[in-house]
Amino acid sequence: MRDLGYVETLEHAMLPLTVSGLRLSFGGKTVLDGLDLSLTATGVTVIMGPNGAGKSQFLKLLHGLIAPDAGQIDWNGTPATRATARQALVFQKPVLLRRSVAANLDFVLKARGKDRSRRDALLDHVGLSDKARQPARRLSGGEAQRLALARALALDPEVLLLDEPTASLDPGSVLAIEAIIRDARTRGVKVILVTHDPGQARRLADEVVFLHRGRVAEHSSAETFFDRPRSTVARDFLDGRIVV
Amino acid sequence: MQDFGEAFALAFGLVLSPTGDLAEIVGLSLRVSLTATVLACLLGLPLGALLATARFRGRGAVLVFVNALMGLPPVVVGLLVYLSLSRAGPLGFLGLLYTSTAMIVAQTVLITPIVAALSRQILEDLNDEYAEQFRALCLTRWQSVQALLWDGRYALLTVALAGFGRAVAEVGAVMIVGGNIDHLTRVMTTAIALETSKGELALALALGMILMAIALGVNALVQSLRLSAERQAAHA
Ligand SMILES: Nc1ncnc2c1ncn2[C@@H]1O[C@H](COP(=O)(O)OP(=O)(O)O)[C@@H](O)[C@H]1O
Ligand SMILES: [Mg+2]
Repeated sequence: MRDLGYVETLEHAMLPLTVSGLRLSFGGKTVLDGLDLSLTATGVTVIMGPNGAGKSQFLKLLHGLIAPDAGQIDWNGTPATRATARQALVFQKPVLLRRSVAANLDFVLKARGKDRSRRDALLDHVGLSDKARQPARRLSGGEAQRLALARALALDPEVLLLDEPTASLDPGSVLAIEAIIRDARTRGVKVILVTHDPGQARRLADEVVFLHRGRVAEHSSAETFFDRPRSTVARDFLDGRIVV
Repeated sequence: MQDFGEAFALAFGLVLSPTGDLAEIVGLSLRVSLTATVLACLLGLPLGALLATARFRGRGAVLVFVNALMGLPPVVVGLLVYLSLSRAGPLGFLGLLYTSTAMIVAQTVLITPIVAALSRQILEDLNDEYAEQFRALCLTRWQSVQALLWDGRYALLTVALAGFGRAVAEVGAVMIVGGNIDHLTRVMTTAIALETSKGELALALALGMILMAIALGVNALVQSLRLSAERQAAHA
């Protein structure tokens, strides 16, 4: 199932990630049905799959926010529940505090014992310097997402988990956010990105994991995935057919 | 009994150029009720935050209890505080009965459940919104509570004002534990009751007008805070 064409297995303290037999259900509804996955490569792993495939729940499991009904998540020897502080997760709808943009960063820098003088550099990095004094709750969708990214980067994560960070944003914001993701990747941060947008996956992915019916339907290098996907569901998805 | 018109005229005169007595009564009222409000917040906000964010055995019972205490009649609170502070009571040795401190204690007991119950509701709603994000950011419980208190500050201020409004307007508790002693424990509400019964309508009316202005002012402040908080939330 895996021939990862590109070889970029640099050393990474949190890799390999080994997920085995992961099960998650709500009431009678099975979301993850014995999911197995092993990530060894650094760079950007894109997770795709139809709506409701369990991508968001999977990220929460990887971040140790929720417990699976069964199965293991092992970040190079560390279980997910003890890996949270070494990672950052940006939700699809990030919750910003009811204070200024700058104060949102001040708060996490202080709470997590980080160097507070980095705030301005972080704001500059995500292009929000001129909004520093504005209430965070009045930012546009793209600006809010960039602030959430700055907040995530303020934690010096070794792994960055991103849940559809550009869903329904304007093209300018998408471009800015993709640049921030590329930069994190260059600095050796392992990025796991959920996206709905095959174009974005093409632009950013080193490898692709396709989730379907609670399992990994395909795990290939980006090149393989887009040029000759092996699974029927991935092929259908890329061809724009509806996958359920 | 004075003529009503005359009484109103006198009362207006008193409000516009208060005598020493009037100023003293109003000042004591404000001092007692503001102090009680601060104490009730110091006790009630942490309790509200705890109930909003923690899940422990017996939490439901505590919630019911605190909510029930919200409806305590002031005279009953006064009676209970009286029994505790009276010479034979457990706290009798403090010698606090018929002092302004006793009135502060009674009003604090009266409004702490209000502050706790109302802030619990506000902080729980906010926590529903924030909790997962806070866990993702690996914050400690104390850091989370601090952030909740700060982000809920406008709504919590309305809670404090509601508590103050109830304290400054109640008469039963301060009457029982304070005794309405001239120059010592006479506050607006007890003075109004006394002056009315004596037929001294001018002073009673003057105090009534001031009390009403305070109550309306507090209400207006609560309304405008609520509006601005809603406006903030609308931008969320
Ligand atoms: N708290 C919950 N209670 C019940 N069902 C849930 C809950 N959270 C998620 N689900 C269900 O889990 C499934 C997977 O959700 P999600 O991970 O958000 O999918 P995706 O991100 O791939 O679109 C969905 O069918 C959703 O309805
Ligand atoms: Mg999702």
